[in-house]
Amino acid sequence: MRALILCLLLAASPALAVQPDEVLPDPALEARARQISHDLRCPVCQGETIDDSNAPISRDLRLLVRERLVAGDSDAEVVDYIVARYGEFVLFNPRASGSGLLLWLAGPAMLLVGGALAFSLTRRKPKLEDDLSEDEQARIAELMKE
Amino acid sequence: MIVELGHFALILAFAVALLQATLPLYGAARRDARLMALADPAAMMQLVLIAAAFGALTYAFVVSDFSLRLVTLNSHTDKPMLYKVAGVWGNHEGSLLLWVLALALFGACAVWFGGNLPATLKARVLSVQGMIGAAFLAFLLFTSNPFLRLANPPMNGDDLNPLLQDPGLAFHPPFLYLGYVGLSMSFSFAVAALIEGRIDAAWARWVRPWTLAAWIFLTIGIALGSWWAYYELGWGGFWFWDPVENASFMPWLIAAALLHSAIVVEKRESLKAWTILLAIIAFGFSLTGTFIVRSGVITSVHSFANDPERGVFILMILATFMGGALTLFAFRASALEAKGLFSTISRESALLANNVLLAVAAFVVFIGTVWPLVAEMVWNRKLSVGEPFFNAAFPPFMILLALILPIGAMMPWKRAEIGRALRPLRGALAMALALGLLAFALQTGKSALGPVGLALGAWVVFGALTDLWQRAGRGALGEKLARLGRMGRADWGKATAHSGLGVTIFAVAAMHAWAIEDIRVVRVGETFPVGRYEVQLKEVHQEQGPNYSTTMAEMVVSRDGAEVVTLYPEKRVYPVQAMPTTEAAIDYGLTRDLYLVIGDPQEGGGYAVRAYVKPFANWLWGGALMMAIGGLLSLTDRRYRLAAGARRAPAAQAAE
Repeated sequence: MRALILCLLLAASPALAVQPDEVLPDPALEARARQISHDLRCPVCQGETIDDSNAPISRDLRLLVRERLVAGDSDAEVVDYIVARYGEFVLFNPRASGSGLLLWLAGPAMLLVGGALAFSLTRRKPKLEDDLSEDEQARIAELMKE
Repeated sequence: MIVELGHFALILAFAVALLQATLPLYGAARRDARLMALADPAAMMQLVLIAAAFGALTYAFVVSDFSLRLVTLNSHTDKPMLYKVAGVWGNHEGSLLLWVLALALFGACAVWFGGNLPATLKARVLSVQGMIGAAFLAFLLFTSNPFLRLANPPMNGDDLNPLLQDPGLAFHPPFLYLGYVGLSMSFSFAVAALIEGRIDAAWARWVRPWTLAAWIFLTIGIALGSWWAYYELGWGGFWFWDPVENASFMPWLIAAALLHSAIVVEKRESLKAWTILLAIIAFGFSLTGTFIVRSGVITSVHSFANDPERGVFILMILATFMGGALTLFAFRASALEAKGLFSTISRESALLANNVLLAVAAFVVFIGTVWPLVAEMVWNRKLSVGEPFFNAAFPPFMILLALILPIGAMMPWKRAEIGRALRPLRGALAMALALGLLAFALQTGKSALGPVGLALGAWVVFGALTDLWQRAGRGALGEKLARLGRMGRADWGKATAHSGLGVTIFAVAAMHAWAIEDIRVVRVGETFPVGRYEVQLKEVHQEQGPNYSTTMAEMVVSRDGAEVVTLYPEKRVYPVQAMPTTEAAIDYGLTRDLYLVIGDPQEGGGYAVRAYVKPFANWLWGGALMMAIGGLLSLTDRRYRLAAGARRAPAAQAAE
């Protein structure tokens, strides 16, 4: 099933991705370039990072990323530079601002809601016969403090 | 002729499904035994008819009948036989036929193994199965008919996509579909129980094996797909958070939650409404996955609008079944009275926490998958959600889950103390921390990912072993071992599956943290270092395969001067589809895979070569396999084999 989509998105690209002639001589800079291109989406393929993609435009983008890095841009500046030209579509890591914040907060919010519901489920029950009532427990807590 | 018979059988199956969907349901409401009894032969007949249709299509592929449109588009006479057969489901129409075949198979299994179900429940379950079958058979016949003929058959076909011509992928869809469709059984049981208005321990005992089976198939299917991506796509990635992958992962997560909450219903008659809801949602995600993959909606809202017929049809199926089931749930859920009470710290609560975490994790995957769609529809923004988001948003829930798993697994029912549950786990905790620190000391770099992954994985694995050891009771070593041997398969299954999760967590972290990659131009005869290995490109030559031509490299890998292995990476071209594929050469090992890829010849001479050392890659598939085996052990536990239908007081059962 997944294969069917994958075959579509890979139809033109047997995953050659980063070519040796693109690699920067400075390993630290190259590592940053790889990190950045892992988060950028190839604009013409489907669901591939420019790091994995074999499309010519991805090669152009990889070279552009390295060009900006060599020119001394910070990682964020490089990404801004690319996004300014190709739109936020190329960002695989959607920005956690504005409406994007909803996406990032959805999971934790859901956990809070789910956790609260689950907790109330364990509390809502009629108490077990051998349980102490809340008053009794409060009384014990007081006694313990003394 | 055979093809026409297949086509006819499919239409007949649709008619039978319509009968199966209505008459037994009506019969159950009227307590009419004859109408209810119709469900059995109808379900069997569906299996026979759909199997006949599937056989006819397979036959057309095997003999390369190019008068059939589907065969022309997806097959070729030069293709090896395995891929001619796999070509049956390597396309939209055929894969849907496989979908309904799996559905019919599960329906028939309900007849075979459901002898001791109450008559009304069985009739209702089979009716709901019939509804699902009718919906998908209609979808197949009206929008995606695999049996369409061509007026002018060509001399030869267009071939199956070369990437799909691979054993791993030939078997990936059948497993995945058995998993997706297996969840329809849980759904049918849930809906039937809502109609009946009664859910008890016996119901949970009937529904859990189906969920377990579906989950096992999903586990194997997902692992096969991931393994295929690892060795076939040429850069050793194993998970891409692609929408289509997510489509199979969401039902897996929910099914995992469901088979845990069903334990609570079975043992304690609690969490009933929640379990029913999970069963509905699990199948909902199966349908959503089918919708995502089959409609093309994820590509873009626009590509969906261009060819809306199929997408809208599945969306209608999804809306009907989810809407119907959830409405029923809303009316009936309040009638599901919980019997077993439990306190905030107890096995029940731990399983509830497991459920909340798995459900939230599935929700995060879901929202990330559909977010680009939402953004385009609501704000008209075209954006992407990919690996970096999922890698940041998904793992926290899994980490929490892994942290509480060993503790929760050792808690007693009803009421527990964290301190008492933790005490036997001190050894596991110390071991996990020590291993994590050791990994941190040994690794180069300061990344916490590897050590944390190792510590977490070890915590889960040693926790599972501790649990097993505790279960063996007190006494001399011999006695404990004897008791271990006599222990039920459910206990062994639990330990195996949980350990598998731990192993998988470790392997994922290791692959992300410690992989070594090298990309360079290499001339024939040259040697270059990768990690602790030296790789020599010895020679490159051309060869001819059955339906492709290949550029094959001979590369010798050595370590400290001693030869380790000679590998032959290839770059193939399949002329019919004019498509190149990379065939990575992999030396599988216990602690690392050596992964070599040969690329294009370079202008200045030499070849582009990519070399990887992938640490603990085999542990990833091993972990998934352990989870599947654990599920299988649990599925074959005595209480399912013998007492599948016995209505016994749950309290009388030994603890899980």
